Amino acid sequence: MYEFSVLLVDDEKEFLDTLLKRLQKRKVKAMGVGSGEEAIKILKESPPDLVVLDVRMQGMDGIKTLREIKKIKPLVEVIMLTGHANVEVAVEGMEVGAFDYLMKPTDVDELLYKLEDAYKRKKIQEQKIKRLEDEKNAG
Amino acid sequence: MKRRLYANLQRKIIFITLLVSFIPLILLGVTIYYQFAQVFKSKIEEQIAYRARVQSNAIELFLKERTSILLAMADAYTFDFLSDKKNLEKIFQIVNNRVGGLIDLGIIDSSGRHVAYVGPYDLIKVNYYSEPWFREVESKGVYVSDVFMGYRRVPHFIIALQRQETNKRWILRATVDSDVFEGLVRTAQVGKTGDAFILNKAGFYQTHMRFGGEILSKSDLDTTIFGEGTSVIEKVNANGKKVLYAGRWLKKNNWLLVISQDAAEEMTRLFNTKQMEIIIITAGCILIIFTTIFTTHMTIKRLENYDRKMNELNAQLVHSDKLAALGKMAAGVAHEINNPLAVIAEKTGWMEDLLTEEEFQNSQNLEEYKKSLHKIEEHVERARKVIHGMLGFARRMEPHLEDVDINKVINETITFLESYARTNNISIINELSSDLPIIASDHSQIQQVFLNLLTNAIDAVGKDGTVHISGLSNNSEIAVSVRDNGPGIPKERQAKVFEPFFTTKKSGKGTGLGLSVSYNIVRNLGGTITLESEEGKGTTFTVNLPVVIPEKK
Repeated sequence: MYEFSVLLVDDEKEFLDTLLKRLQKRKVKAMGVGSGEEAIKILKESPPDLVVLDVRMQGMDGIKTLREIKKIKPLVEVIMLTGHANVEVAVEGMEVGAFDYLMKPTDVDELLYKLEDAYKRKKIQEQKIKRLEDEKNAG
Repeated sequence: MKRRLYANLQRKIIFITLLVSFIPLILLGVTIYYQFAQVFKSKIEEQIAYRARVQSNAIELFLKERTSILLAMADAYTFDFLSDKKNLEKIFQIVNNRVGGLIDLGIIDSSGRHVAYVGPYDLIKVNYYSEPWFREVESKGVYVSDVFMGYRRVPHFIIALQRQETNKRWILRATVDSDVFEGLVRTAQVGKTGDAFILNKAGFYQTHMRFGGEILSKSDLDTTIFGEGTSVIEKVNANGKKVLYAGRWLKKNNWLLVISQDAAEEMTRLFNTKQMEIIIITAGCILIIFTTIFTTHMTIKRLENYDRKMNELNAQLVHSDKLAALGKMAAGVAHEINNPLAVIAEKTGWMEDLLTEEEFQNSQNLEEYKKSLHKIEEHVERARKVIHGMLGFARRMEPHLEDVDINKVINETITFLESYARTNNISIINELSSDLPIIASDHSQIQQVFLNLLTNAIDAVGKDGTVHISGLSNNSEIAVSVRDNGPGIPKERQAKVFEPFFTTKKSGKGTGLGLSVSYNIVRNLGGTITLESEEGKGTTFTVNLPVVIPEKK
């Protein structure tokens, strides 16, 4: 059982569903949406710890969604999913603030490692902030 | 087709050039020649006319001198005085001393009887009463005769004058020395063929001709065609030669001095000029022909060369356009395939996940399922690699400029491939000179190019062979060649090797993208990649890279 919750965002429904099932089978709290817009909505209502975001999507594309996520919930870590042609986009995503990127087709275990790493970083970040706040309060 | 077009063009240019060169040249030559000939001829005519005039003056003077002195004698002395042979002899001596040219001198009374005679002949008993000249002198007073045979049966002519004393008429008669007279006429004979002679009114020769024409024989010249003053005519003589005649009437239009000149002789100089002109013009024409053919040939050749280069350039342009279009298509295809591939991979993964569950563990065919799923994954991976290659080909590659040491790049690349080559007993021989310059280029892209070329070379050799790497450099470029001793590439395939998906390797072994990716990379780096291949001997790929990438326009 993993502690973190993951939101998968991909407009390829078959891919999304299967990956979702595989993650759930590995006891990951995961849910999936088919577009950037839906992702933002969920993020506002009940933000997950981590987001796995496809770069190439109809409507709101990956980079836009990423910027939006980082604006609303800067602490949510994002992992980009990309086809090979989008390496440049993935790199751009990293600059905007994504944790890492993975190429499709993905190996689910690799994804899990990345998710764990991302969650660790999130935790560290949260602790840092907490410490800062504590110091502020104490001060 | 093109060759014939050029041959046609060449013929046309040569023809027109020759035409516009020859026509004026020949026209000019002919015109100048005729102008010159005209002037030359009129000069000759003038000259011969002048000679006739001068000579006729001399002859007139000769006759006048003798006539005058005889007149003076006749005026000065009486019939009685001159009838004395001694006196006459004295007079004859004086006259011949002063003017010469007389053979004899005689005094004749009105009955035609010779009263006194001085001269070499025995003519004292001759009676001239019936002679034609006797009548002439009676009527005219002074008479210079035509040439006649006379009593001596020798051609001669006489000067006779009549004097009137109170009760008697008498005549002084002198024979002119033919030799002296003819000598005078002959001075006008010039050149090898020039002639000078005198005709009387009726056309009989009065002097010897230089060639033919006996004295007192009839000349075939019609004297009536000679007019007043000096006239020049041209006639074809009996021998078929053109002869120029200048005629001038003498002795009150009784004698005609004719000076003749073989036209051909005088025209020899003109003929020489003509010959010379023809030689010069012919030489000029030959020169023009050669120059025209030579320069036209050169021009056409250069034109052909330019045309060929242009065609090559066009072909290259078409080629790179084709590659660019293929690149775009490859990118699209790659994307479209990548997504289903991802789905397949996920589904396979999901199935593998499910196989771990208990109910499947008991299945008889569990291993078969697992194997199949593994195979699916393997082939998804294979497809993924193809797509990776395609996307690499399609990727917009902005070169990342850095200092690149070609030697280092090649050595690294060789290290990658060494074990692979060794297992196939292929030796990679690095003959790069160590002083190749450091160039400004993209290290990883260049590495990819040489990785592709070396892999291809090794694959081409297959087993037991060598791959040579050699390099050259000048100030602006370095050229690195990768040469293998494999089977070579057939001519008809050489043009295709840079096209994406063209491969000679076994299915599954190559994507057919390596060379097209390399081609694009090298082109983006401002270089060229070329191949030379001979079937059975091997293939050499040469990469030319600029030391500094030229500015993009």
